[in-house]
Amino acid sequence: MATVYKKSAMLTDTPLHYCPGCTHGIAHKLIAETIEELGLVDNVVGIAPVGCGVFAYNYFNCDMQEAAHGRAPAVASAIKRVHKNTAVFSYQGDGDLASIGMAEIVHAATRGENITVIFINNAIYGMTGGQMAPTTLEGQKATTCIYGRQVRSAEGEVINGNPIHVSELLATLDGPAYIERVMLTDPANVMKAKKAVKKAFEYQMAKKGFTFVEIMSGCPTNWYMSPADALSFVKNEMTKKYPLGVFKDIEEAK
Amino acid sequence: MEKVKVDFEVCKGCGLCVLACPKKLMQIGKKSNNKGYFVVECTDQNACVSCGSCARMCPDSALEVNR
Amino acid sequence: MSEKKLMKGNEAVAEGAIRGGCRYFFGYPITPQNEIPEYMSWRIREVGGDFIQAESELAAINMVYGAAGAGARAMTSSSSPGVSLKQEGISYIAMAELPCVIVNMTRSGPGLGGIQPSQGDYFQATKGGGHGDYHLLTYAPSTVQEAVDLLYDAWDKSEKYRVPVFILGDGILGQIMEPVSFKPMKEMPDPETKDFATTGKHHGKDRRIVNSLYIEPEICEPRNLELQEKYRLLAENETMCEEYHCDDAEYIITAFGSVGRIVRTAVDDLRAKGLKVGMIRPITVYPFPSAVYKKYADKASVKGFLDVELNAGQMIEDVKLSIECKKPVEFLGKLGGYVVSPEEICEKVMEVLK
Repeated sequence: MATVYKKSAMLTDTPLHYCPGCTHGIAHKLIAETIEELGLVDNVVGIAPVGCGVFAYNYFNCDMQEAAHGRAPAVASAIKRVHKNTAVFSYQGDGDLASIGMAEIVHAATRGENITVIFINNAIYGMTGGQMAPTTLEGQKATTCIYGRQVRSAEGEVINGNPIHVSELLATLDGPAYIERVMLTDPANVMKAKKAVKKAFEYQMAKKGFTFVEIMSGCPTNWYMSPADALSFVKNEMTKKYPLGVFKDIEEAK
Repeated sequence: MEKVKVDFEVCKGCGLCVLACPKKLMQIGKKSNNKGYFVVECTDQNACVSCGSCARMCPDSALEVNR
Repeated sequence: MSEKKLMKGNEAVAEGAIRGGCRYFFGYPITPQNEIPEYMSWRIREVGGDFIQAESELAAINMVYGAAGAGARAMTSSSSPGVSLKQEGISYIAMAELPCVIVNMTRSGPGLGGIQPSQGDYFQATKGGGHGDYHLLTYAPSTVQEAVDLLYDAWDKSEKYRVPVFILGDGILGQIMEPVSFKPMKEMPDPETKDFATTGKHHGKDRRIVNSLYIEPEICEPRNLELQEKYRLLAENETMCEEYHCDDAEYIITAFGSVGRIVRTAVDDLRAKGLKVGMIRPITVYPFPSAVYKKYADKASVKGFLDVELNAGQMIEDVKLSIECKKPVEFLGKLGGYVVSPEEICEKVMEVLK
């Protein structure tokens, strides 16, 4: 009997602490499988964020550093400067990357550091209990916008302000070699996401520049939804605000 | 040997595999594991086409698929 | 003996770090330390290292975290407001036990303060600085040569104890020009020789994790106790202090950093007037040389102490604790960027001893 699919050896045996139906686990698998398939098992360092991904250093079966909130791209940049031929990836959520760590991600991207950043966008602060994230959709409820995110009042006064489009923003810079937004809603999209992650690592190893994959993910717990409904929300609502696609590919542009 | 193997203690019963199975063979079972989750099961191992979709969608790597 | 060069303090500090094996520098502009990143930007690549002008002090200190965690000899420098920004990262580095060097060429504060020399960051540099129970091996050099010599061995010490080294300088030290000589170049050890370094080559049970998160008290407390034990070892083995004309002294002036050289002149002037005055100058302000102070406080011939600082009185607390209130401690301070003169010190001593 041939094995069609089994757990990647690049993931440890530690049980994931993520809630049932949280797609962080799928994103972890895509990175782990990519590392294995590209033969980088003994040549990779990962950086864990602050947020739900904080314990990622327990899950990836390689050398890992745990960074301060938002600073993973700075940590990754420095590791890469020391070990120039080693794969370096950071794994960050939307609060970490798009709020407190906005300066670090923008500057690592514009310098064109040869690193891969995996950005999990689930439109919420998960670990701290569901506060409004920089990517929370207009109308979406969170514990710091309990009536739903409202950009402005009827009188034109700012209430919560606008959500931010990270992939589009970073694509305006010269440093990135590859930027794609994907989602993990079904097997076909998971395969697509895997291709994007793999391409990012390949570009990194070829020293083409900064590579970035935004993975839209559900948060059943803090969205107060079943895992199935959370995936539907990603597919039907999040994609309206955050369309899928390749925002930068220097090879395609050639 | 079973085509779909479930790691009983790792499964969190989230049901993403139930959504993913093209043959509708996966269901949340009646037995719970030590963490208290009702564990998923394959209702018909013979009807499984070994596409791997369930395992690919499983966030906790609780599923292994063989052909 | 190598030849002497006339160099600006900041540039000498940068060269001194390179001689000590530093190969990675991450910095951000702020006066009065700009010559350090400027010099490093070209010099460090000549010796096979790398330099990033970071987007902020936050990024710079976290780059130090990354590079040090990856096994390299890394450094950052800044001045007071910038060092405040680095405190979060320094706290993480302390818990993750990463060897590195941080230089503060202090200016006056609080807030933006001014760009003239000041010593207002003593508390921050010696009591931890960021959140949590930690300390750094903190040197307060008084001359450019002393700074260069301390930096030469800074990474060796930092790697031995896995405690970050902090250089508490000031605007005088950074901006002064002095003759300085350098020791032969030390090479950076291969990162692979460090058993904690995330070089990317390990997986399975041998893999390495650089981390400061210990969420269970039963692990977090022992980790903290390990840190405290290291600080005890530092106090035992690494405390450094200069005693100048203290043997027969009836009155002792104390100061740290650049002020030490001004006090030295004052001691000479007072001795010329026939007053038996000495100076204690801590070279490590953490660990603090308490035993030296206590030794003189216990002598019946010593009438008291005068503490001179470019702040409102910070080290004086450590002096008083060290001597257990056995002798009176007077204070002379200057704030906001003014520098104390030898004459002012002499005047103060003569007034006290009247």
